[in-house]
Amino acid sequence: MHLNNFRNLELIKKIVTELQSWEKPVKFMEVCGSHTMAIGHWGIRKLLPKTISLISGPGCPVCVTPSSVIDSLIDLKDVTIATFGDLVRVPGNKGTLEQARANGLDVRMVYSPMETLEIAREKETVFVGIGFETTIPGIAYTIMEASRQNLKNFSVLPAFKLVPPALDALLSAKDTNVNGFILPGHVSVIIGSDAYSLLPEKFEIGGVVTGFEPLDILVGIKKLIEQIRLQKPKIENEYSRVVSSSGNLQAQKVIEKVLQIEDALWRGLGWIPISGLGIREEFSRFDAIKKYGFEITDTEEQTGCRCGDVLKGKIIPPECPLFGKVCLPNNPIGPCMVSSEGSCAAYYKYER
Amino acid sequence: MPLCLGVKKMKDKIITLGHGSGAGLTHKLIEEVFDRNFKLPTLDDTVEIENRMVVTTDSHVVKPIFFPGGDIGKLSVTGTVNDVSMSGAIPKYLLSAFIIEEGFKISDLKKIVRSMKDAAEEAGVHIIAGDTKVVEKGKADGIYITTTGIGFLPAGVHLSSKNIQPGDKIIVNGTLGDHTVAIINARENLELDPTPQSDCASLNGLVQLMLKNAKIRFLRDATRGGVATILNEVTEETDLGIIIEEDAVPIKDATLAVCGLLGLDPLYMANEGKLVSFVSGNTSNLIAEMKKYEHGIDSSVIGEVTTEVKGVYLRTSIGGLRPLLMLESDPLPRIC
Repeated sequence: MHLNNFRNLELIKKIVTELQSWEKPVKFMEVCGSHTMAIGHWGIRKLLPKTISLISGPGCPVCVTPSSVIDSLIDLKDVTIATFGDLVRVPGNKGTLEQARANGLDVRMVYSPMETLEIAREKETVFVGIGFETTIPGIAYTIMEASRQNLKNFSVLPAFKLVPPALDALLSAKDTNVNGFILPGHVSVIIGSDAYSLLPEKFEIGGVVTGFEPLDILVGIKKLIEQIRLQKPKIENEYSRVVSSSGNLQAQKVIEKVLQIEDALWRGLGWIPISGLGIREEFSRFDAIKKYGFEITDTEEQTGCRCGDVLKGKIIPPECPLFGKVCLPNNPIGPCMVSSEGSCAAYYKYER
Repeated sequence: MPLCLGVKKMKDKIITLGHGSGAGLTHKLIEEVFDRNFKLPTLDDTVEIENRMVVTTDSHVVKPIFFPGGDIGKLSVTGTVNDVSMSGAIPKYLLSAFIIEEGFKISDLKKIVRSMKDAAEEAGVHIIAGDTKVVEKGKADGIYITTTGIGFLPAGVHLSSKNIQPGDKIIVNGTLGDHTVAIINARENLELDPTPQSDCASLNGLVQLMLKNAKIRFLRDATRGGVATILNEVTEETDLGIIIEEDAVPIKDATLAVCGLLGLDPLYMANEGKLVSFVSGNTSNLIAEMKKYEHGIDSSVIGEVTTEVKGVYLRTSIGGLRPLLMLESDPLPRIC
């Protein structure tokens, strides 16, 4: 199957035409940052009728990483920090890792957590363990591998986040008003589409697991519209070419072996119960929080930034008073402006 | 390097890698630190000094030093040859300065210098002088090369972004992003098969061919910051708009795959053998001539200058229209 099939212009036009006749105003949340990017990249909002609005959810892993994680790392001495690239420009309260690097901190951007093991053979190294279910298994596997190799110089700062509990918390707080979810494709490869059953069962809201090509997203939207028309909210899987109902069991086993469910601090949202993962006792020698005595606490400075409301889908980025005025990609006040997947950065880039 | 209009003042106290990205932060640094003191006659890559003589200078740092399709030596020749060529001038002479880290292998240096010789011969330029400094181990990353280029403008040639008019066509001479993909593949051991090659090449021959076959308004080599950065510089300087047709932009499938994987955009990626040209009038003859040339086989009209929009826009292959903004700093690879 060639990806270009999912960019078929005639099919796109057909679905767009069908959607154009939809009259009842609805709001769908795309949870995943890559969806936010893809929607902007393809100009999909401009193809939809005014009645269908898309809002971004809390699915940019960089955006929801608390300042205290970045600040803890900046304070380290004689330790190498390995991180996914897009975290380096996220401001904590003490600046960014990129600025700290210019001041002498050894910060390395890696594509895979496994690269960190090479660095750790030579130098004391911390890997910044951010991300959702998509990236978590690779990091958990890296910890298993570090254990197998009996590495002394390697640890992970666990700041992992889980999607289903976050959606549960968002909807339970009742201040998010959405009619359906475009559910994350890659997260679902790991956890499976069944993981979202609480949405229709507990909240009577449907969702469609969706891929990232234009047809994927448009078909996802069409399925959500169909659910609303029939008043039958359910979980559907549009991305069946890679997502199964039960997910990747092997990856789930790796997570289960190394990590355990804990409460997690989300930047902009605060503490959410059982929405993160910490490192199990058996692997605690690789836990940077224990190794360096980090304290992950809510230390966000009050800047007027409304990223929290953006992450909850309560407002769209231009409704924040800082957006595009003082908060810019080169001067991000809030985390949603930093990562290219962040809702504010994507809006600034694609939707102005 | 043109002024970046309407940008906020530099707030940084120290240099970060972003200041070397060629994007907005670099512009600010040039404007607020260098130009404020030097009062430069131009912020362009080259300057005409006298009797149609043009000079430019360019420092070359690349990791890995040897990469598929080239090495730092070849790059130090082609990069400077191309800078001279984009003014429309014919490059003649190069001067080269080396900063070498203690412990660097002489056999590697020989390889680099040999490839400089080959690249200079191919481009028809002479390396006439140079300088060498050695710094302590750990004070540099292997080797850095700065080359200065001198060339001469043919009679009647005057290229400037100020000449660009609505209706001008925008042409690139081949697939975008090849150099960056070759470097990423080598640096990150992605083990792509076949191994992607850098497009590193001197374009002086192609430029002279283009000048003979069409009314060229403006040329720029699409290095750091890629094609999108050049287009943004042009719209900032001229107040014109540009619409690029996504389907017309030549990009290799492998590049698209790597970009999809790493969250990068080929329109912002560095090239070392690609130029962007603004051309007036009919371009079909020009494209046909360019396609006959080794470094122009995949030449394509990718868009047009217009007054319909302000700034740079991309018409996506599914019919959406989205802005292509100036980046502030290096693009960052995405987590997932």
